Amino acid sequence: MEPIMALIVGCLYAAAIYMMLRRSIVKLVIGLMLLSNAANLLIFTSAGMQRGAPPLIPEGALRPEGIVADPLPQALILTAIVIAFGVLAFAVVLIHRAYNIIHTDNLDQMKDTDT
Amino acid sequence: MQLAVLAIYLLAALAPWLCSKHREQTSRILALLPAGLTLWFASHLPEIIAGGKVIQPYAWIPGLDISLTFVLDGLSLLFALLICGIGTFILLYAGSYLKGHHHLQRFYVVLLAFMGSMLGLVLSDNLITLFVFWELTSITSYLLIGFNHQDDKTRKAALQGLIVTVAGGLALLAGLILVAIAAGSYSIQEILGQADVLRDYPFYNAMLICLLLGAFTKSAQFPFHFWLPNAMAAPTPVSAYLHSATMVKAGIYLLARLSPELSGTELWILLLTSAGTLTLFTGALLAIRSTDMKKMLAYSTVMALGTLTLLLGLSTELALLAFSAYLLSHSLYKGALFMLAGILDHEAGSRDLRELAGLRRLLPVTALCTALAALSLAGLPPLLGFIGKELFLDALLQGPAAAWMLALVMLSAISGVGIALLIALRPFTGELRAPKPVEAIHEAPKDMLAGPVVLVAASLLLGLAPGLVEGLVLASSSAVLGAEQTGYLSLWHGFNLPLLLSFVSLVLGLVLFRFWGRVRYHLSKLNPLFARGPEAGYFALMQGLVDLASWQTAFLQNGSMRNYLRVLLLSFAGLTAYTLLSRYQLHWNWEVSLYLHELILALILLSAAVAACITASRLGAVAAMGAVGYSVALVFVLFSAPDLAITQILVETLTVLLLVLVLFRLPSFTRLSTPAERGRDALVAILCGGLMTLLIMITIDVQLFPPISDYMIEQSQPLAYGRNIVNVILVDFRALDTLGEIFVLALAALGVYAMIKFRPETAPGANHSAGTLILPPKVRKSETSDATLSDSPSQEKSP
Amino acid sequence: MMKPGTLILHVAARFLVPLQMLFSIFLLLRGHDEPGGGFIAGLVASGALALYLFTFGAMMTRDLMRVDPRNLIGLGLVIAMLSTLPGWAQNEPFLTAQWWPMTLPGGTELKLSTPLIFDIGVYLTVLGTVMTMLVALTETEER
Repeated sequence: MEPIMALIVGCLYAAAIYMMLRRSIVKLVIGLMLLSNAANLLIFTSAGMQRGAPPLIPEGALRPEGIVADPLPQALILTAIVIAFGVLAFAVVLIHRAYNIIHTDNLDQMKDTDT
Repeated sequence: MQLAVLAIYLLAALAPWLCSKHREQTSRILALLPAGLTLWFASHLPEIIAGGKVIQPYAWIPGLDISLTFVLDGLSLLFALLICGIGTFILLYAGSYLKGHHHLQRFYVVLLAFMGSMLGLVLSDNLITLFVFWELTSITSYLLIGFNHQDDKTRKAALQGLIVTVAGGLALLAGLILVAIAAGSYSIQEILGQADVLRDYPFYNAMLICLLLGAFTKSAQFPFHFWLPNAMAAPTPVSAYLHSATMVKAGIYLLARLSPELSGTELWILLLTSAGTLTLFTGALLAIRSTDMKKMLAYSTVMALGTLTLLLGLSTELALLAFSAYLLSHSLYKGALFMLAGILDHEAGSRDLRELAGLRRLLPVTALCTALAALSLAGLPPLLGFIGKELFLDALLQGPAAAWMLALVMLSAISGVGIALLIALRPFTGELRAPKPVEAIHEAPKDMLAGPVVLVAASLLLGLAPGLVEGLVLASSSAVLGAEQTGYLSLWHGFNLPLLLSFVSLVLGLVLFRFWGRVRYHLSKLNPLFARGPEAGYFALMQGLVDLASWQTAFLQNGSMRNYLRVLLLSFAGLTAYTLLSRYQLHWNWEVSLYLHELILALILLSAAVAACITASRLGAVAAMGAVGYSVALVFVLFSAPDLAITQILVETLTVLLLVLVLFRLPSFTRLSTPAERGRDALVAILCGGLMTLLIMITIDVQLFPPISDYMIEQSQPLAYGRNIVNVILVDFRALDTLGEIFVLALAALGVYAMIKFRPETAPGANHSAGTLILPPKVRKSETSDATLSDSPSQEKSP
Repeated sequence: MMKPGTLILHVAARFLVPLQMLFSIFLLLRGHDEPGGGFIAGLVASGALALYLFTFGAMMTRDLMRVDPRNLIGLGLVIAMLSTLPGWAQNEPFLTAQWWPMTLPGGTELKLSTPLIFDIGVYLTVLGTVMTMLVALTETEER
């Protein structure tokens, strides 16, 4: 499954970057969301994928039976998902605020207002 | 000793509170601490004089060999006494001098913080700790010099001092690290006795030059002397403290501290003696040109620093004895003189020697103190300054000094006497003249006079009975020498060459005093030369820096975010691809075990992503994003990550809510770019995406390190009593990471809240809300009428 | 706020919110052994309150929550920080987990520990973060 996922992650990245390079700020938001999904899947895939072996220890046992999926990347991704939500909210509100102030959704026209 | 430094910092933190509570009495309360510390340090005198050392170890970062170990030996005791002793009087003095200043609390805070840092600097045994305190003194002195920050010139002077000393500090850090590498330890106690190792170290020259750059910039040696006179923009208590006894002596302290290990080589002698002599002479020349008492004193401090460097450079036994004696005497009289100059400024309204005369009747105590302190500066008996100066001349005549050095030193000595006489006599003799009306001129308050009186009395007493400090001076110079120092201090050495030279300089100094106006006139012909001094070099450098910055800003940072992104992405793709392919070659392992439902899921994910890109409606994009998110969640479900799947689904739901609330208030999609632009961007995107695919292919095949998660899987139940390993990692094994992450979340929430709730008020003087910080000032006025999202806090609870 | 035609939503919210809140606490407590934990439980709780928010509006949600969601963030961070300290008191490095297992009257074992306290901190922070954002956004909407 990993090679297929590698291709998919590549496509997600490409889509995210393409969207982030658009001038419309709304597309930038879409790009950001795609990017965080792509990054999570990148970590998930490169750690190796296991079918049906969640990193849980059966009751009473000291260690899981057999090989389980790597828990460390999962822990990383779990926080990354939540943080991506926080950052997305921040970005969306920031963009909205900027739009209200300068009345353009064109990124290229936003460049001179910081002076 | 750690507690002593900590106590000063604590007091600094408490100072504003004390200030609001006790007002006028604050300075007296604050001064109790340094006074107590002076006594405490003094109580160690017998032990140190007997040749002992007080070592108090305290581990800080043992893994990096960084400790907060403090050591008290002769040299650090001398400095500690000066720092705390003079500091006591400076606090008293400042309380009166800056009475009613609206930033007085801030002044106390920074002054005490400086005192603590300076004390830490002279006590620390670890080179890195020493450096940390060194930088702390730079920063606090920047704040002190720039205390009157409304003044443009003051800010400039403060920044100049900071840039010069901090640039030197960087070199110093490199030097200290080289020392540690050569000696194999950061502890000064362990470096002691490794003199041969250090001197034979292949990078000895580089190491020495780096250290000297640090010390010379801090101690205002030629050609970095220019920042010190400019720093006179500071309030007088600051100049009296920082620029006489403490901060500028930090460089000297460092050289003295490392002198047992580094001194004696040709390079050391050459660099230190020539820099010292040049500094001495430059100071002398510039001092006699000045008319402002404070500037004059600043240049004479430059002279003294030059002298001390010169003595360290000579590094004979006698020179180092002279070093300690001169250091002590200079700190005593120079601190007093600065404070006296401040008193004149405060009471008579000017520090300009041309504007003041005949004040002796109105300010008798000040006049007497000034006269005595200036005598010490001139090096006349029976003051401590005389002993220091005699030893200095003696050491110079016996040491390895070149003839040109002797000549320059003599010229400087004459100028020194001239300055001393000018300061002692000009403002006080002759017919009364002052900018303030006579009725307004009174003797200064007790708190301001306490410092000068005590310091001058000490100068006089110790001059008459040098036996009182002989032990301390010997102990201090033993520490600089790195061996037992013998010798003695005495006022009378018999008729000898140094005495003759003193006499000659006194006579010529009198002549200089008499014809001061004419000398200044002739010196003014040299003005074009002074204008091209090292300070011009500093300004040229700064201008160059600004030009470089504006060029690179125009070139790289033109303000278009998409440009930045493109540059970033392309350089990222190029560099990463190069590293990947050159190190690990291509991995193209297409052995796939695949179920049909997984393939279908992959295709859904892919088409959802594409749909999000090409759809022309916002609703379509949000729906497509939802499809992407839930497909990712399904991937997590299929590949054994239940926690992730739950989280992803929940977040996806909340995201939709968020987008509904905000995104649909933004304009709908518009097509702005031309097909060519789209093609170019698609190319960049495909390059980066392809690279990520390659990256995964390689990481799957190449295993560089054993995974650390095996330990976590093994120990999850035995050590952390948890059966959900992911959660155990989050809250136990890697809890510190999680702690950081929830802080990030909190910050994001506060940011969102601030952006929604706060907005600038248009009423004048009401621009205190946080929103003003993120708004471009230009459009602030038009903003209020059409803000749809912004809401003033007062309307928060409207139904 | 009480838009017409949202009867089903109203009834559903009234019943679902308490259930969902209970479920979130269940997820939080079992998180160390089964899928769950502070992040997930916090998100479930936010989901519940968000449902309430969309049904009844910001005012009523604030009334329901009693505390300002911003204070929840602070509370959560403080609790998480506090859980790092007991290790210190035991002369072990900062953040070292401490366990105080106890048996409840029913015979079930309750594993009281600093990781659990830490997880509660995470729970409150996540809940506070999401609710701060959503309530603030909704309030501007309702203006």
